[in-house]
This record gives sequence, C-alpha cells and structure tokens, in this order.
Amino acid sequence: MKNTTVDKILDIVSGIKELPKGAFNIRVNGKSVKRSSSENVEIIPRPAGDGMDIHIAPGTKNEMVHIPVVMDASGMNDLVYNNFYIGEGAEVNIVAGCGIHNDGDHLTQHDGIHTFYVGKGAKVKYTEKHYGEGGGTGSKVLNPVTEVHLEADSVLEIETVQIEGVDKTDRTTRGDVKENAKLLIKEKLLTNGEQEAITRFSVDLDGENSSTTVSSRSVAKGQSKQYFYSVLNGNNKCAGHSECDAIIMDQGFVKAVPDVTANHVEASLIHEAAIGKIAGDQIIKLETLGLTEAEAEERIVAGFLGI
Amino acid sequence: MLELRDIYYEVHDDDEARDVNILRGVNLKIEDGEFMVITGPNGGGKSTIAKIIMGIIKPTSGQIFFQGEDITNLDITGRARKGIGFAFQAPVRFKGLKVYDLLKLAAGQEIDVNTACVYLSQVGLCAADYIEREINDSLSGGELKRIEIALLIARKTALSVFDEPEAGIDLWSFKNLVEVFEKQQREVNGSIVIISHQERIMEIADRIAVIADGKVKEVGAKADILPELIPGNQVCDRI
Repeated sequence: MKNTTVDKILDIVSGIKELPKGAFNIRVNGKSVKRSSSENVEIIPRPAGDGMDIHIAPGTKNEMVHIPVVMDASGMNDLVYNNFYIGEGAEVNIVAGCGIHNDGDHLTQHDGIHTFYVGKGAKVKYTEKHYGEGGGTGSKVLNPVTEVHLEADSVLEIETVQIEGVDKTDRTTRGDVKENAKLLIKEKLLTNGEQEAITRFSVDLDGENSSTTVSSRSVAKGQSKQYFYSVLNGNNKCAGHSECDAIIMDQGFVKAVPDVTANHVEASLIHEAAIGKIAGDQIIKLETLGLTEAEAEERIVAGFLGI
Repeated sequence: MLELRDIYYEVHDDDEARDVNILRGVNLKIEDGEFMVITGPNGGGKSTIAKIIMGIIKPTSGQIFFQGEDITNLDITGRARKGIGFAFQAPVRFKGLKVYDLLKLAAGQEIDVNTACVYLSQVGLCAADYIEREINDSLSGGELKRIEIALLIARKTALSVFDEPEAGIDLWSFKNLVEVFEKQQREVNGSIVIISHQERIMEIADRIAVIADGKVKEVGAKADILPELIPGNQVCDRI
C-alpha cells in the first residue's frame, strides 16, 4: 500500500502483508483502494460507494475473502454496508477487520453494517479484528452491526477480537437460525484506561434442531467498562448456550445480563456468566516458575484471551 | 544447601480470637543432593514448612538460607530464579493456558514437542493427548497432579519441593512415582524434599524428618526413623 501505517494496521487486523490471494477489498479512509474478485467470489461495489455486495457461488470450497478497513485520517466517520450472499454448500473463510490510527484530536469512527445470508448447507467462518492506535486525543470508535440469517443445515462461526486501542465500541450481532443450522459466536475483548465496550448478542433459534453457542471472554483493566447483553430465544426444539467469562482488574467494570427465553417445550437454553479477578493461586503458581507478578498476570490474560 | 533456622509461624484465629502457633522453632538442614521426606500427623505444619521454603508463606520469625545465602526476605520469583521448585498439593487450573505453555514456562525456554513429550511420558501421560489441552476443569485431579510433577521435572531445579505428590494419583502406580523422584535426583543432581505420608516414598529417602505440633520431632536416617513410624513393617521384616 506504500503507507507504513496502513500496511502495519492491515497486517494487525487481517494478517495480510501483501495483496491476498482470492477475492478481497481493501478500504482506506472511506474508499476502496484495491479490489479483486475471484472465479467463485464476486465483489460488487454499491453505487453510493458505501460498501459492497459479495456473492459467493454455491459449492465454492476453501476460498478466502479479505475485506479489511483502515482509517488514519483523524475526524472521519465511515459508515459501510456489506452484504454477503453465500451460496448453498459453499465453504468459505471471510476475514474482515478494522484498524484506526488517530493522531489528531477529532473523533474517528467506523460503523460496519454486515449482513450475511448463509445458504443451505454452507459453512462459513467470519473473523473480525478491531484495533486502534495513535497519539492524538481524538477517540477511536467502532460500532459494528452484524445480521446473520442461516438457512437449514448451515454453519456460521463468527470470531471477533478487540485487544487494544478502541475507545468505544457498541457491537450488535443478531441472528436467526433455521433447522439443523448452527451459529457459533466467539468474542475476545480487552479494554483498558477509560475505554467502554458494549456487546449485544441476540439469537432466534427458529428451526428444529437449530443450535447456537455465544461466548465472550474478556478482560477489563484500568477504569474501563464492559457491558454484555445476551438474548437467546428458543422458538423450536433447539439448543442454545450463552457464556460470559470475564477477568476484572484494577478498577474495571463488567456487567453481564443474560436473557434466555424458551418458547418451545424442547428448547434447551443455558446461560453462564463468571466474572472475577485473577485467582491469587494462579499468580503464585507462575511465580514459582520464575515469573514476576506482572509477567504472571500478562501471561494469564494472554492465555485466557488466546492471544 | 537449605537451612531453616528457628522458624516460627503464627496466625490469628478469628473464630477463637487468639493467635495460633503453626510452627514453633523449626530447625532443619537439607544437604546437597539429599532426598528428604518430611512426614508427621495432619495439622502438624508439614505443608507450612514447604510453603515457607518456596516463599509462599512468610515466617513470623526465623531465617532461611539457600546455598549459603539468606533468602528469608526473597519473594517467590526470586527463590524460583535461584533454583527452588515447588509442586502444589492442589494444582491450580488456568482457563486458556495449555499444558505445553506451562511446560515451556517451567523449562524457562522454548522447548520442542519431543522434549515436552519426554516430561509428560515420565509421569505416565501420553503427550499427544495432553500437550494442547487447556489446564482447566476438563482435566481430572489426577491428571493435574501428574502435570504438576512434570512441570517440576522440566524445571530441573537445585531444590525440588513436592507437597504430597501421591495424593490423587492412585490410578498411576507408586512405582512410577518413585522412579520419577529417583530419576530426578540422579539426573538433576539436586536435592528433593517431599511432604508425604507414604511409606513407599519414605523408603527411598536418605533422611526423614517428623514434624508434629509445629516442631521437628525427629530427624535422621531412614533406617532409624522408618521403623519407629511403621512398627508393622518391622514385624513383616522379621517374618
């Protein structure tokens, strides 16, 4: 990309060091700067330039799609609509991600509205990494909305990661799941300083034998605040599991609000929430292996978040 | 190698509103390369001594010397870096950390899978099944206990302290456990202190210390102490 900041952030949020293989769209400061479709994956920009429609052909196997977003212009507010149409039986790995570098004093914000139409029997993995950096006083804000519609027998696995630098995020993920389909959502989140993160999961298990596992592992450091709202509606014979597991440090704040509703006698729904500080004996154990207290905490947090 | 000099440890019992003396003037020396078993009745202070050696508990008074240096005020990390290792009676679980992660931390360096396998196989675990396992609730108490011992094998410390290593590993034969300690002593050439009630472990000790009521009641060669502890054994021997 010939821009060191952009290249670095691209690598952090989507793991790409050069132009990726397969289909991709790289969006920098509100504009698509590089785009490529592949034989099975067609990326069509929306006429207004505010996003794209991505069509993945039925039966596509083992393809990657990269759609990273980078912003390094302070004061920008970028709203993007991306629609994914995943054909029947397709197996695809989609890597999104957004990184903001803000050296200025103005708010920089990216709101990605993503909608997934997952065809019958398709298997999709969607990874979204959020990252912020920069020495300015301007906030870095990301408010993604992800809507997913799963047809029968499909599987969608969503993994979201936000480890550092994002001042505020309000993430909404809504899904409806048809028969024998499975929605897996895994969130990893670390907040620090004055940061605030809100997670809103809402899943309707509509089809017979539909299932979902919604899990969040998070660490709240400094004076940061996290809110976790999880709504599961069991509208048929189904299985739903919602799990919030949080480590709280310093003066951090974590609120977890479960909301599970069974509208069918064979709906089986579980919610688990565990919030607590790092256990003292975990630190002691790592100290006996030669780590300092700070090193032990760092290692425990990294292991907990899988980073 | 290690000397505990006049160690006292006092805690306040809130329920009874009084101070309780857990240790009352413990004096104990462990020599280079020595294999010592500390035994005695429950509640006598054995595990407290083990924790005081590692720095997990700070004594109310007294001094601790390790390789000639006063380490009384050294914290856990400092003692670990000087070559003291500790295996917990009740091993800790970690969400997210894997067996391989802890083995690498214990070894103090990157180790390859083959090396990790060697450590795990010594405690009777098949590395392929365990190396990527999280040290969480999915592991049984016995599995955790064996992993805890493997960590101390990986550390290769000058002094290894095992707090009741036999507890919870009943599915794994004592013979193997005893072999682990013998191998550890032979290969690392370090000293080993084991808190134990088990006769079969005491049988491989150089010396045995008996702790009761917060004091060293007796300390001496295995041949002198063991018959007093297990009189039935003498009868068996005679028969």
